[in-house]
Amino acid sequence: MKQFLSFVKKEFLHALRDRKTLLILFGLPIVQILIFGFALTNEVKNSKIIIVDQAQDMASQQLITKIEASRYFEIEKEIVNPKAIEAAFKEGKIKMAVIFPDNFNHDLLHQNKSAIQLICDASDPNIANTLSNYIAAIVGDYQTELNQNAALPYQIIPETRMLYNPQLKGVHNFVPGVMALVLMLVCVMMTAISIVREKEFGTMEVLLVSPFKPMLVIVSKAIPYLILSLVNVASILLLSVFVLELPINGSVLLLFAESTLFIITCLSIGILISIRVASQQIAMLISMMGMLLPTLLFSGFMFPIENMPWPLQILSNIVPAKWFYIIVKSVMIKGLGFQAIWKETLILSGMSAFLILVSLKNFKIRLA
Amino acid sequence: MITLNHICKTYGKEKKIAVNDISLSVNKGEIFGLIGPDGAGKSSIFRILTTLLLADSGTATVDGHDVVTDYKHIRKSVGYMPGKFSLYPDLSVEENLKFFATLFNTSIRENYHLIKDIYMLLEPFKNRRAGKLSGGMKQKLALCCALIHKPTVLFLDEPTTGIDPVSRKEFWEMLKRLKKQEITILVSTPYMDEASLCDRIALIKNGKILSINTPDHIIKDYPDNLYKIKSDVIYTLLKDINLHSNTQSCFTFGEFLHVSFLSDTESMQQELLNYLSKKGHLNIVMEKTVPGIEDCFIHLLKKPA
Repeated sequence: MKQFLSFVKKEFLHALRDRKTLLILFGLPIVQILIFGFALTNEVKNSKIIIVDQAQDMASQQLITKIEASRYFEIEKEIVNPKAIEAAFKEGKIKMAVIFPDNFNHDLLHQNKSAIQLICDASDPNIANTLSNYIAAIVGDYQTELNQNAALPYQIIPETRMLYNPQLKGVHNFVPGVMALVLMLVCVMMTAISIVREKEFGTMEVLLVSPFKPMLVIVSKAIPYLILSLVNVASILLLSVFVLELPINGSVLLLFAESTLFIITCLSIGILISIRVASQQIAMLISMMGMLLPTLLFSGFMFPIENMPWPLQILSNIVPAKWFYIIVKSVMIKGLGFQAIWKETLILSGMSAFLILVSLKNFKIRLA
Repeated sequence: MITLNHICKTYGKEKKIAVNDISLSVNKGEIFGLIGPDGAGKSSIFRILTTLLLADSGTATVDGHDVVTDYKHIRKSVGYMPGKFSLYPDLSVEENLKFFATLFNTSIRENYHLIKDIYMLLEPFKNRRAGKLSGGMKQKLALCCALIHKPTVLFLDEPTTGIDPVSRKEFWEMLKRLKKQEITILVSTPYMDEASLCDRIALIKNGKILSINTPDHIIKDYPDNLYKIKSDVIYTLLKDINLHSNTQSCFTFGEFLHVSFLSDTESMQQELLNYLSKKGHLNIVMEKTVPGIEDCFIHLLKKPA
């Protein structure tokens, strides 16, 4: 036991004395949270649009005022000549053009219908879609106002409530994602590198020729990173609560327990990598390419898994981050308890057990 | 203390031979040297004996324990210092020593007497990171770490490679002192001058043992008379002597050439001197000399197996 503790202490010293390690350990999560929180966002707001108002009547003016008032749009300019639209799009700043035809108000009042043309820059389909939906909603609002006096005989009004995230903030999506990402990176890469470093430095040789059990060498390497990762989890949660104002709706204890489970899964991946490879570079490459990329692609954090073709959907199941992402979302955002996530927990436990077993199988008590 | 029986070891798919049928035994309390050039198979032998590598065939024991079946016992009782510096460069001198002491379930205080002489030299730097020590200091620290648990056998794989002559000398003096503590030492070195400091040596080349004996015996076994010759221009002298029909072998050795003859008579020697004068060499000196380990090694290498 004394051996074990001194080993763990040594690992802490390694981690804390290396500035690069420290930077990755603690700089990375903070920077990621701040970048995702303030700089990168998939919310659409303040999109530049142009208005072509050929009608210049009461109805068109009222609608334009409403559009202007919305925080989603910023009216770049109003033009009259439709020919100028294409030129404006080519400049690239404009995301959408809203065109009111002649006699807009007249047609509305006398023919009971009128049309608005929306021309969107669909080079980014998501933004184009979102913007046209926003306009449709504004137009719908305006229509209801018009019809206030003359009540329609039948009316279905969808009353939408955005559960868990009423303001549709992007933060809700990415905090769990960043957590999965950071833990994956820190645990897998750091453990893999720190074990392989011993092989590269030749210290593994000396450690093997000692009474200390070889497998314990590996386990005692994992423990400091488990603790440091938990510190990471805490710092991410603190940042998200106090800086990004995202409350933790579920049990903090459960969240930490599940994080510990995920960290163990990641550590066992790191250990497995370190057992199989001989150089720090390869260990780094495998953890970056083999772990970071799938985590980004298949955790559901950046790209919705439901929209992927089925082979990729099946593939996504072997990415541990996917399950952790679901767990964190359920506990943190939705405030659900253990009964909601037992399945995901079981899958992660199974993965860890499998990985540890494979590592034990592959572990060598000798060199090469 | 250490025995090897027909040990063979090959590496890789192409079966590159590293150790070729080596048998030897080291007695208790002996300093045994494995002498040979780089790539002779010294490190492989060390790794087989320290249970880090499995031999392809043959058996070996350390302190009575088999290296394959009894590896746990061996790992507890031996000290091993690999060829490459293998301590933690980011830990201080004291932290390294403490770590290795705890690793072997002991403390610095318990076996301080073993490392006292060496550690005194290191003490002024005990808070310095091991990576920032000089080469000689690193090796001394590594030796301390390998000794801290009072091993019965000490394996030192090229402990003096890459360090300065003074540190090398100090290092060997330490080994002599350790020998008095009844610690068996197996040491390898590519430096022939260190061979004479061992009790017995094995000359190794390409995984094969050329000779095992005490340094004195190996030198005594040198069959020919050896002469050292020099002149003003050593390079052309070497070329000219090698061209001479009576030359058996000729090598540069410091400022002299070491030469042995096929037929070693006064007249033949005189003939050589005349030959060299004719070739334009000035200030020729020729004296009989005592062969060193290096001469024996070169001789054994040239001898058909």
